[in-house]
Amino acid sequence: MLPDARTLRVVQRRRPGRWLATILVLALLALVIRAFALGQIEWSVVGEYMTAPVILAGLVNTLVMTVCAMALGLALGVLAAVMSMSPNPVMVGVAKFYIWFFRGTPLLLQLLLWFNLALIFPRLGIPGLFEARTVDVITPFVATWLGLGINQGAYTAEVVRSGILSVDRGQAEAAQAVGMTRIQAMFRIVLPQALRVIVPPVGNEVVSMVKLTSVASVIQFSEILRNAQTIYYANARVIELLIVAAAWYLAAVTVLSLFQAMLERRLARGVSTAGRPA
Amino acid sequence: MPMVAVRHLSKSFGAVKALTDVSLDVAKGEVVCLLGPSGSGKSTLLRCVNHLEKPDAGAVWLNGELIGYRREGDRLLELPDPQVARQRRRFGMVFQRFNLWPHRTALQNVMEGPLRVGRRPAREARERAEALLARVGLADKADAWPAQLSGGQQQRVGIARALAMEPEVMLFDEPTSALDPELVGEVLAVMRDLARSGITMMVVTHEVGFAREVADRVVFMDAGTVVEEGPAAQVLGQPRQARTRAFLSAVLA
Repeated sequence: MLPDARTLRVVQRRRPGRWLATILVLALLALVIRAFALGQIEWSVVGEYMTAPVILAGLVNTLVMTVCAMALGLALGVLAAVMSMSPNPVMVGVAKFYIWFFRGTPLLLQLLLWFNLALIFPRLGIPGLFEARTVDVITPFVATWLGLGINQGAYTAEVVRSGILSVDRGQAEAAQAVGMTRIQAMFRIVLPQALRVIVPPVGNEVVSMVKLTSVASVIQFSEILRNAQTIYYANARVIELLIVAAAWYLAAVTVLSLFQAMLERRLARGVSTAGRPA
Repeated sequence: MPMVAVRHLSKSFGAVKALTDVSLDVAKGEVVCLLGPSGSGKSTLLRCVNHLEKPDAGAVWLNGELIGYRREGDRLLELPDPQVARQRRRFGMVFQRFNLWPHRTALQNVMEGPLRVGRRPAREARERAEALLARVGLADKADAWPAQLSGGQQQRVGIARALAMEPEVMLFDEPTSALDPELVGEVLAVMRDLARSGITMMVVTHEVGFAREVADRVVFMDAGTVVEEGPAAQVLGQPRQARTRAFLSAVLA
């Protein structure tokens, strides 16, 4: 005969493995913390330089460059994506070449090329209108901006292209049917919907752009890392200043990630609201 | 002069001939239903009428105006996109898969054309859009996103959106084919009302009952050509062609 099921009680299975794993991980963590606490790090120096004017100036340069380079990258990316989908074979060819060239060469090399542009063209300008010495025009800021932005555009182009392809053809047709031109349909109907697909990968690229600005330290662009280096060349507090720089990169990336999450929620309008009453 | 004159249209997609030398007239205020099996070229014909599809040969006139081209002697020169876009405003189009813009509410879907293409002031566009949504029975859904609407409701928004540009001709491309059976009736009811209001309509459909009741004229197509056309009662009641009879008996079985 079966026992009365109402009197029976479920007892959780013992999980010794889980306990063991927890203890091991915590012990390792404690070791790492202890090592850093006892290591040759002057934490007071870290605190002191955290808000040093030179470091903060570097932070501002990093953020300004991130915004400028991403803006240029997005503009070029959209342009190259639209060109690569054009019926005109010359447009397609130019777009494909741009993407091929700038994705196919190292960023560091491109930065050095822009920075040394004066070696190819000593003077820049339109004859008769204006002219300037290349070394005056291509400052470290401009060289970094062109290098990072144009490189970014080549990657963004592919992201934008896949975003555009993700939008059903009927969307543009419905727009043309009410009398929109192809360009209006692209910018008012197709691209806003493509954004939902484009934003997550571009958000990732903004995050990597914050860190990529550090590569420009080799062409004397004074972002966080370069300014930290300038200080530790003088006072030899190498690790302390690297920690300061790391903390600021992390802070910037964290804030940007929160912003990205907000943007993605906004772009999900009309898509993830299916269950909600109108 | 016919309102819509379709003359000697031919269109191929690669090796597939979708239309072969199709001619058709639609008079002002007339409701013409295009019937025929899948792949018979009905939708392609409709899409050539407002130049969403570029015909390989032949041409379409709306009230005597050549659509999509400029004539120079015996040559047809393609018009630039903005001019074709301006001509397309004179047609309203309703799609099989609705094609509502999912990032715009029902009201915004209806307002977008008048606002961005017609350059109407925002208040006027909104009032007109609200009136049109009321006309298709969706006054209370103005702020709903398309994804929150049933297929029948989406298609009625689609009709309101097409009407918003005050078109001279309405083109319906299988407007009920993607709907659950119980939702077909509400869309056909709206179309019936429209037909009574006297607007010129070209309707590609599989709804033989609707064609019998509403159409002034029925055009039966097969394999890219017009097989038979005439008054609805005649084509559907006493079809002359064997092909039409076979189709009707299969559909009505």
